Amino acid sequence: MNQAVDKLTVADYSSDQEVRWCPGCGDYAILKTIQKLMPELNQAKENHVFVSGIGCSSRFPYYMNTYGFHTIHGRAPSVATGVKLANPDLDVWVITGDGDALSIGGNHTMHALRRNVDLNILLFNNEIYGLTKGQYSPTSKVGTRSPSTPEGSVDRPLSPCAIALGAGAPFVARSIDTEMKHLSPVVKESYLHKGASFVEILQNCPIYNDGIFEQVKDKKIAPDFRIEVEHGQPLLFGKDNNKGIRLNRESLELEVVTLGDDASLEEILVHDKTSITQANLLAAMQGPDFPVAVGILYHRPASAYVSDLEQQRLTLRESRGEGKLQDLLNSGHIWQVK
Amino acid sequence: MSVETQETVAKASHSPESQALEDVVVRFAGDSGDGMQLTGSNFTEVTALFGNDLATFPDFPAEIRAPAGSTFGVSAFQIYFGSEDITTSGDAVDVLVAMNPAALTTNLETVVPGGLVIADAGAFNEKNLNKANYDSNPLEDGSLDAYRLLTIDIHSQVLAAVEEFELGHKAALRCKNMWTLGLVLWLFDREKATTIENLQKKFASKPDIANANIAALNAGHAYGETAELPTGVNVYKVPKAKVAPGTYRNVNGTQALAWGLIAGGQLADINLLFASYPITPASGLLHALAARKEFDVTTFQAEDEIAAVCAAIGASFAGSLGITSSAGPGIALKTEAISLAVSAELPLVVVNTQRGGPSTGLPTKTEQSDLLQAFYGRHGDTPLPVIASSSPADCFEVAIEAVRIATKYMTPVMLLSDGYIANASEPWLIPDIKDFAPFPVEFRTDPEGFNPSLRDPQSLARVWAKPGTPGLEHRIGGIEKSYETGNISYDPDNHQLMTDTREAKVAGISADIPEQEVALGESKGKLAVVGWGSTFGPIHQAVKRCRLEGLDVSHIHVRYLSPFPANLKALLADFDKVLVPEMNTGQLVKILRSEFLIDAKGLNKVSGQPFKIREITNAIKAELA
Repeated sequence: MNQAVDKLTVADYSSDQEVRWCPGCGDYAILKTIQKLMPELNQAKENHVFVSGIGCSSRFPYYMNTYGFHTIHGRAPSVATGVKLANPDLDVWVITGDGDALSIGGNHTMHALRRNVDLNILLFNNEIYGLTKGQYSPTSKVGTRSPSTPEGSVDRPLSPCAIALGAGAPFVARSIDTEMKHLSPVVKESYLHKGASFVEILQNCPIYNDGIFEQVKDKKIAPDFRIEVEHGQPLLFGKDNNKGIRLNRESLELEVVTLGDDASLEEILVHDKTSITQANLLAAMQGPDFPVAVGILYHRPASAYVSDLEQQRLTLRESRGEGKLQDLLNSGHIWQVK
Repeated sequence: MSVETQETVAKASHSPESQALEDVVVRFAGDSGDGMQLTGSNFTEVTALFGNDLATFPDFPAEIRAPAGSTFGVSAFQIYFGSEDITTSGDAVDVLVAMNPAALTTNLETVVPGGLVIADAGAFNEKNLNKANYDSNPLEDGSLDAYRLLTIDIHSQVLAAVEEFELGHKAALRCKNMWTLGLVLWLFDREKATTIENLQKKFASKPDIANANIAALNAGHAYGETAELPTGVNVYKVPKAKVAPGTYRNVNGTQALAWGLIAGGQLADINLLFASYPITPASGLLHALAARKEFDVTTFQAEDEIAAVCAAIGASFAGSLGITSSAGPGIALKTEAISLAVSAELPLVVVNTQRGGPSTGLPTKTEQSDLLQAFYGRHGDTPLPVIASSSPADCFEVAIEAVRIATKYMTPVMLLSDGYIANASEPWLIPDIKDFAPFPVEFRTDPEGFNPSLRDPQSLARVWAKPGTPGLEHRIGGIEKSYETGNISYDPDNHQLMTDTREAKVAGISADIPEQEVALGESKGKLAVVGWGSTFGPIHQAVKRCRLEGLDVSHIHVRYLSPFPANLKALLADFDKVLVPEMNTGQLVKILRSEFLIDAKGLNKVSGQPFKIREITNAIKAELA
């Protein structure tokens, strides 16, 4: 590891390329957060590899002064898997968007998570296709008017975190583009997790889907529309922190209750990030009836794909020894011609 | 099958003792569940150990277990062996082993008149005859009078031979193939020891099964020795071939390709990541490499073809050599990513084990119809080198070449094989790996003056700087890059320059590959027969035979298809006519015509079967008439 790691600053992680997102794009805030976080990760700069697909978010690697690969639409998890397989010592990040990761690349996202490849996947979810000029995306709400859905979309959106949990991701979190204080520690935790980590970042597109997350971002109203989950803490929210989430033990569904009104503190669900059941329920919560859950929804470490493969290889080499090609060619039935 | 050999076989029917033959074709045919491939591969091994030159062709159905007795469930294994150099699996069959009526009806037309047909009478019951659409039993109604027929109730023979092991009726009958193999070993005067050893190894954990199979093998052999056989059925003597001295083994195309890739990785001093998705007939390569983790090769079964090629590209970015493999339909899915590798100038080896197309086509049959896809099947101006193996053993060297070119020129290389090459096997003079010159990869480590667009002035290859190297942090991608800095550039002149550079880099490889040689014959004359890939064998034999008849014809086999060897154009210009046999509707011929403006003619076949030698000799004679 580079000795000077602890002396690096934001500037060391900024490339010389001019950032070319639209003015006001949430991606700027995410970029700044990641660049500021980098020195804290205590890792040599050359060890970070940012891999992206196609879309606005996927321009991200160009602006990081690390190794980076801007690949093709939807395939970043596959390219990143190859990077990790080739060199397990690298810290591999995947920067993707809702269309990239969940539409054209849905299959790869699912399998990278299922395999538990040690990748840090950051999905910038703006619920729209930006780079192709505003078509609705697989996370767009029903009724989204766009050039390809002039009367409003009729198909139902999917929830990125629910998909990640369904695919078996051992680390699933949700955060917000412009809230560095929330986003930075969440991403740091995802980085420290060994194995696949998945962070959905709610990201505003000021051009094609402006204000779509205003309820959870606007400081005046957000407390009533989002809940910041923390392991071991009761699931409370609201301007006066007097609303809570309770599990209805008959229907096995969550319900919003008010402290002192229809529930006591003891009845409020305590967040357990190791519970897949709870994570699934929290990931599915959405407005207007429920607050949107942000924070680490699920975290349950499991052995990672590439290290398991390496272990297999080590075991095999112990019994078989290092491969000798000439011996391999001469193996089996051979015969001499004189 | 040569005219000469046909005559010898005909004469053989009058000889009571034994008959010497230069070469012979044997075809084992039965139900998919009858174990014909195992029978064939055991016979191949014995034949190779004896010292014959040989070539084999497994011909099996796409269905894993088709209904018993059905014609579409027939699985066959053909072996051509002899005392001369053998480069095809043979045109016509001298000895057909038919384990049931379906096997007989689907394979009889391949047998020469006077050829020997060995049939298991025990399987020619009414039910099986109906399934094969026979109105009457061909073993009894005289319809096989043109052949020498050896009818044996192998069913009862086997049941008697393995009775003592009390396996039960069904398991006992599974030994049919070994009984038959025993008989065929007797027929060609071959030893049983190797097969017995193989059976002991294969069924090591089930000694009863091993012993039953061995008993069946011995019984079949003994039957040949002792039974009163019809006139004309006797022991064949096929003398050893005169081949170069050295150590030999049998190798199929899949093995040779896998080992060639490992060898290439060692010569390049680089780790391999082989990423692929299962597809017939290419999956064998994944299996072969997955079993070799003691070498510096990692295998990755991806979720789909696209993920496989992308993982390979990611590995190349990270400093390994990424390799992906598929058949035509899978290659089609990979093409966008292959273009990324061209644009990002990363090394990549793409193996296409071609099969009959289009779409699902004929998954288990062979074809060469992806050449145009290899040349042109991508978006944008996307040149890449294309090389093809000509035979199972040739895969070893071709794989090494693919690795060399990919790493030296920072480019994807398309390596074309096909279903025939992958499954067929031939004896291989085992090379000494020390005879191959190493071509170690040099990674950039010096930060001084580095940018990711730096090129080697000679090869035009882009610099390779792998993540983890301090001071070389850089970004690459599929967007057009500045020739000077490697940063994104939409500049019109730069795009022209980059397109020209990519083109020139690949074109320049023609100076780094061997000159085109003539495989057989003169380097000028009346007719050049030009081939690529697995048509090597039949073309070679056809040209050889025509030359023995005094015809002015040469065989040119093109291994390096893109770019062509620098002298190919001039070489072809020295022939009055050019004939291009291909297992497609005319793909190389189109390229030769458009590149060289010559009046090359195609000889085309897309039946899922390799060319027969006589199909090519006929075409040569027609051209020279």
